[in-house]
Amino acid sequence: MPGFIAAAVTNMKIAVLSGKGGTGKTLVSVNLAAAVTPSVYIDCDVEEPNGHLFFKPRIHREETVTVKMPSVDNALCDGCRRCIDFCQFNALAYIKDRLIIFEELCHSCGGCALLCPWKALSEKDKAIGKMQKGKSKAVDVITGILNPGEISGIPIINRLLAECVNYHQRPIFIDCPPGSACIVMESIKDADYCILVAEPTVFGVHNLNMVYELVRLFNKPFGVVLNKCLKGDNPAARFCQKKDIKILGRIPYDNELGKLNSDAEIAVYKNKKYLAIFLSLWEQLPKEMHCEATSDSKR
Amino acid sequence: MKQLLILSGKGGTGKTTIASAFIKIAAVKVYADCDVDAPNLHLITAQRSQPTKTDYYGLPKAQIDPRLCIKCDCCRKYCRFNAVMVADYYKIDAFACEGCGVCALVCPVKAVSLKPAVAGELMLYTDDDKVFSTAQLKMGSGTSGMLVSEVKKQMKKAAVATDLAIIDGSPGIGCPVIASLSGVDMVLIVTEPSISGISDMERIVATAAKFGIKTAICINKYDTNPVNAKKIEQYANDHKLAFVGMIPFDAAAVAAVNSGQTIVDIDCPSGAAVRSVYDQTIKILFHQNKK
Amino acid sequence: MKIAIPVEDKDIKSNICSSFGRAPYFLIYDSVNRNNTFLTNNFSRATGGAGIKAAQTVIDSKAEVLLAISCGENAAYVLQTAGINIYKADHTCAKDNINAFIDGKLELLKEIHAGFHRRGGY
Repeated sequence: MPGFIAAAVTNMKIAVLSGKGGTGKTLVSVNLAAAVTPSVYIDCDVEEPNGHLFFKPRIHREETVTVKMPSVDNALCDGCRRCIDFCQFNALAYIKDRLIIFEELCHSCGGCALLCPWKALSEKDKAIGKMQKGKSKAVDVITGILNPGEISGIPIINRLLAECVNYHQRPIFIDCPPGSACIVMESIKDADYCILVAEPTVFGVHNLNMVYELVRLFNKPFGVVLNKCLKGDNPAARFCQKKDIKILGRIPYDNELGKLNSDAEIAVYKNKKYLAIFLSLWEQLPKEMHCEATSDSKR
Repeated sequence: MKQLLILSGKGGTGKTTIASAFIKIAAVKVYADCDVDAPNLHLITAQRSQPTKTDYYGLPKAQIDPRLCIKCDCCRKYCRFNAVMVADYYKIDAFACEGCGVCALVCPVKAVSLKPAVAGELMLYTDDDKVFSTAQLKMGSGTSGMLVSEVKKQMKKAAVATDLAIIDGSPGIGCPVIASLSGVDMVLIVTEPSISGISDMERIVATAAKFGIKTAICINKYDTNPVNAKKIEQYANDHKLAFVGMIPFDAAAVAAVNSGQTIVDIDCPSGAAVRSVYDQTIKILFHQNKK
Repeated sequence: MKIAIPVEDKDIKSNICSSFGRAPYFLIYDSVNRNNTFLTNNFSRATGGAGIKAAQTVIDSKAEVLLAISCGENAAYVLQTAGINIYKADHTCAKDNINAFIDGKLELLKEIHAGFHRRGGY
């Protein structure tokens, strides 16, 4: 396709995050991945994965992600209750000479099975979600999906990010969950660079500040993309200027872009002006990201 | 006191903008912000006084006493959450630690213990005989559902005698949303006419249905995609959910919010539309019987 | 028989607590000896599984029935497995509920809620 750059980079991991949902993380990560091919797009927003709605990838592999759950052999159980006293999550109860396990409370730490003096507890696998791998034009699309009601998407994110070693000479765009909770930290921990997406509102600044603190805590190089920019005051731009943060680009609020996005269309495929915006964003990333020689990540 | 919860599923649909408008229209005296990951409501409601702050403790976290540690590596080997870091000495990564206690269990010299950990902060504003309950979850914490429950508990405890309380809920479909839902009298789902917005709306409707709570839907920024807006209205009808109105995209709304005002403080199209949505919602909340 | 009831204070005249799992205390009333035992609920502030622990406490106290305003599904499952019936309390004062139960005026609790699944109740 004309206009696409054959990215001469190593496996560079770029995490896209924002303090809040709806600011444009998916817009930015999907369109960057589509503009700078061949590339990889990883959807770490496992509670509400949306990237696949845009890419509509041809799925060639699906893998269940499991965690370990305790399983009891009541014949061996003595009723000593050491497992119940140990469990920090109150996932065990002992009623009428039977141990009851509440799987939805269990954090899979393995402690109860470890300490049972009668070896009455073993572990079995329980599915919590899945990873889907597919292809959409020149983009490898990797999606994580958490089953509703499950506690933590972190094991799925770990599985998704483990795929990175399979890709060389191409950028990997990681679409992160919103916020700054532990699941977001897990998504950015291996990133080489972070793109923070912010809205030009007072809410936007407040939320930007949260992820700004997060990337500084993790010592990640980062830059900001201002999305949905309107004429007039832009509190997020002022925040960046005050804190001396690099603004990688501004995406204007634009009805056509909004409509394409709401119809789950990839803007850079539909109109050259959007391709130009995202290519210019890509150009703003530090030069060393563009032409680093192949070497394994230091982490 | 009836509790109205405003949810959105997807973030960025305008939930907080609409919640603040409702609070202004009805001169509500009791309200709460349950989006403890990224609380925004206080930015529009212009609180004058300082809040009462309370530390919120989540799950305890492990700590290694370097004076006792013999670097046997057992804790790191058994930790399922990659929370043991090794540098000059063994240290727990508090962000990764889930507080399970396995490290303390396996340590042969009792160098590891679980200690209470502050996971966030609750805030209660009580100026002008109004009650506003909110909280901020600390970065990297995992127990946001519990903190949401504490926000609501704090609101109920401090609540003055009044008819209506408005709760700005959490985005998503996970445990903070479920915590927001418990005990409320009605939920208003604010959606936007995008494919992802519709997909998230469906998940939220399914979640609310489990609680048997009166549910209504409204569309924000409907004119950004009228075709999808029609689909949402159809969905509401098909599922016998109250459809309470539509609000247009409005640049004036952004300007209002940026200057700390609600959309009903100025004269604008979205302000007029939200008043109608409010009227329809209140009719159902106070006058309709549960299905 | 022993009757369990979640209470706000260590006093038979205190209010019944609207939550079972997060009640500060459990009153175990012995209808034969007419004496009261108050158990502190050590898990009222648990981030999850409070109902399970509360149910375990009630079972371990050898109570045969529970009087409650509401009960989550995990707690209900534990109690039912142990053969303990849950009756719907319809008074504010704990003592009044106990008397109503003894007089046969209380009905079985029918609405078991989905539980708050580690979200802390309320």
